[in-house]
Amino acid sequence: MSAIADIAAKVRAGERLSADDGRRLFAHPNLTELGQLAHEVRLRRNPEPVVTYVVGRNINYTNVCWVQCSFCAFYRLPSDTSGEAYTLDEAAIYQKIDELVGVGDGAGQVELLLQGGLNPKLKIDWYEGLFERITARYPQAWLHALSVTEIVYIAKLSKLSVRETIARLHAAGLGSIPGAGAEILDDRVRQVIAPHKETTDEWLECMRTAHELGLRSSATMMYGSTDTTEERLQHLLRLRALQDETGGFTAFIPWSFQPDDTPLGEQLGYARASGFDYLRTVAVSRLLLDNFDHLQASWVTQGPKLAQIALHFGVDDFGSTMLEENVVSAAGTSYTECMPLAEMRRLIEDAGFTPRRRTTLYEPVEELAAA
Amino acid sequence: MFQAAIERAGLSDIAAKVDRGERLTFDDGVRLYESPAIHVVGALANQVRERHNGNVTYWVRNQHINYTNICNKSCLFCSFYAAPRDAERGYVLSVDEVAEKVRAYLDIPITEIHVVGGVNPKLPYAYYLDLCRAIKAVRPRATLKAFTMIEIEQIARAGRRGVAEALEDLRAAGLDMLPGGGAEVFSERVHQELFWAKADSLRWIEIARTAHQLGLRSNATLLYGHVEQTPEKVDHLLRLRELQDETGGIQSFIPLSFHPEQTALDHLPPPTGLQDLREIAVARLMLDNVPHIKSFWIMNTIQVTQTALWYGADDTDGTIQEYEITRDPIHDRRQVLTSAELERLIREAGREPVERDALYRPVVCEAAA
Repeated sequence: MSAIADIAAKVRAGERLSADDGRRLFAHPNLTELGQLAHEVRLRRNPEPVVTYVVGRNINYTNVCWVQCSFCAFYRLPSDTSGEAYTLDEAAIYQKIDELVGVGDGAGQVELLLQGGLNPKLKIDWYEGLFERITARYPQAWLHALSVTEIVYIAKLSKLSVRETIARLHAAGLGSIPGAGAEILDDRVRQVIAPHKETTDEWLECMRTAHELGLRSSATMMYGSTDTTEERLQHLLRLRALQDETGGFTAFIPWSFQPDDTPLGEQLGYARASGFDYLRTVAVSRLLLDNFDHLQASWVTQGPKLAQIALHFGVDDFGSTMLEENVVSAAGTSYTECMPLAEMRRLIEDAGFTPRRRTTLYEPVEELAAA
Repeated sequence: MFQAAIERAGLSDIAAKVDRGERLTFDDGVRLYESPAIHVVGALANQVRERHNGNVTYWVRNQHINYTNICNKSCLFCSFYAAPRDAERGYVLSVDEVAEKVRAYLDIPITEIHVVGGVNPKLPYAYYLDLCRAIKAVRPRATLKAFTMIEIEQIARAGRRGVAEALEDLRAAGLDMLPGGGAEVFSERVHQELFWAKADSLRWIEIARTAHQLGLRSNATLLYGHVEQTPEKVDHLLRLRELQDETGGIQSFIPLSFHPEQTALDHLPPPTGLQDLREIAVARLMLDNVPHIKSFWIMNTIQVTQTALWYGADDTDGTIQEYEITRDPIHDRRQVLTSAELERLIREAGREPVERDALYRPVVCEAAA
């Protein structure tokens, strides 16, 4: 008899799990049992034997940032004199978009994940202009851009409310907001790893506002630094509560802290969260987040083998083809080379699913020529 | 927990056999390999794993030594070998150099020394015996696990002796047991296609049988993820099971995940994580008479190995110094794990780490040199 037989019964009856159930799941090592339950929930919510992915790329428009998060190896301070600080001009951004559009069939929607540091020189009019011109020039590009952290800062810098800021960016072409910057939604952890970032409540409030304004977003969790299991659990429960309220989250994406070349990594002896931890965290997330439609794999941080195994632990989406990644690459993730679309599709098919290209908001995209 | 899932997967009859401890058939093996229900197959394998080994996961403090990369076999799946005429890449370690490598780790309580190399036709019989003696002289208490069946054949040829006689000589010089490599896939089709110059399956099994009959234990392997087909893998497992029924000499079975990079087969994609898990699980279920299933983390990654502890594996191999045969494809660097890391990863997965020696005896206090 399994030690989590009562939880399994609840899951199978479609009942909501309690915080205590979550605690017990996080302490349960039997991966076949966790995987089985999570996969059942995944098939109930997304019954088609399909794993989706999006054709997209990251564009990190600036690495200038004053926030100095101890887990980050990407940023350069505004006072940087090394010559490594940059802000891309529009020509450089267009060139990157051209490369992306060339990857797809030129017709289907492509996702632009536009993110950067908190650069004190960039106020809202810079973003408005950029977004308007990108969406006019590339009708097939979907702007999945910025993060709560950037939005809160742009608001502050531009002396606007968060609501006004989001509304104006939305009007300028912002399509949806990535869930980045959530890290762990617990103020003790945030105080350690990102003391200058928004608080837990500010993060949640910004997402609430965005959802109210009709913008959808994803949600992430960066675990495996100083967080405890209990703090991860609270993170999940806070997301679940907000999702009950707004229904605005499209997907949940957990990934583990990448320690290399970061002060936090040094402080923690460069310990890296394990593969077991990833699969268990994914499965427990699928079981607790009963109001989220999708879970996304993080092949950039976990590698192709683990990301594929996760397709049987509650994950139904392989994320972005990600032509370019700079942030976790700077922190020494092993898997920075872009994954060829053919390889992504092979991994999905080998796991027993049909790969299907999607939009950022999880609508199917007709793929004319599978690369 | 799994009853309904087992029924949905159509594996109720196999599950019933596993419950009763009954032997599985060829067809069962094929169905297990082809089942998409990885957690069901894993849970069945875990049942067998816990029956054999409880909650224990073994690891070993070991050192790998590859005495030569010169090899005349030209196997298409190998990136390690240098052809005998390749003066630039080819190397042979002298007996002194090997002894020096052993000496270099005397401060670590290593209990197992794993020695394999290419089939180098220039090496004389005495070299192999001297190698064993030299290693034993520096580190007498470590178990010397050396020479695949393929190398044993070459050593016997170099000494103009029969296999049994060569094995006796090697044992007298310090050889304790044999590793499991060189088995590849027991299929004449694959043998012809990928490793035609090497001993075939009949010969591999014959040499292993001879070793076992002399009281030398060995491991056994299966190299998967290239051109082999499912029935060939099942056949491979059944032939090992048969040998084991006869001799009882196989200590652990190690499915080896193929690395195509820098081989003649580098157009092939590497095995996926789910395949790695499936190979472990099916092996655990089919090889009901082999005590241990090892997940060799060097080849399938430490993440997959940690996961595999719930899909049939009870052994992770070890700390491994100086492994040369495949390289970390991403960093192109040597791979080592500290004993503390290995123990932490095993414990995190809810298993009880036990340091073993080469013969799976628990190492109680620090092993001496």
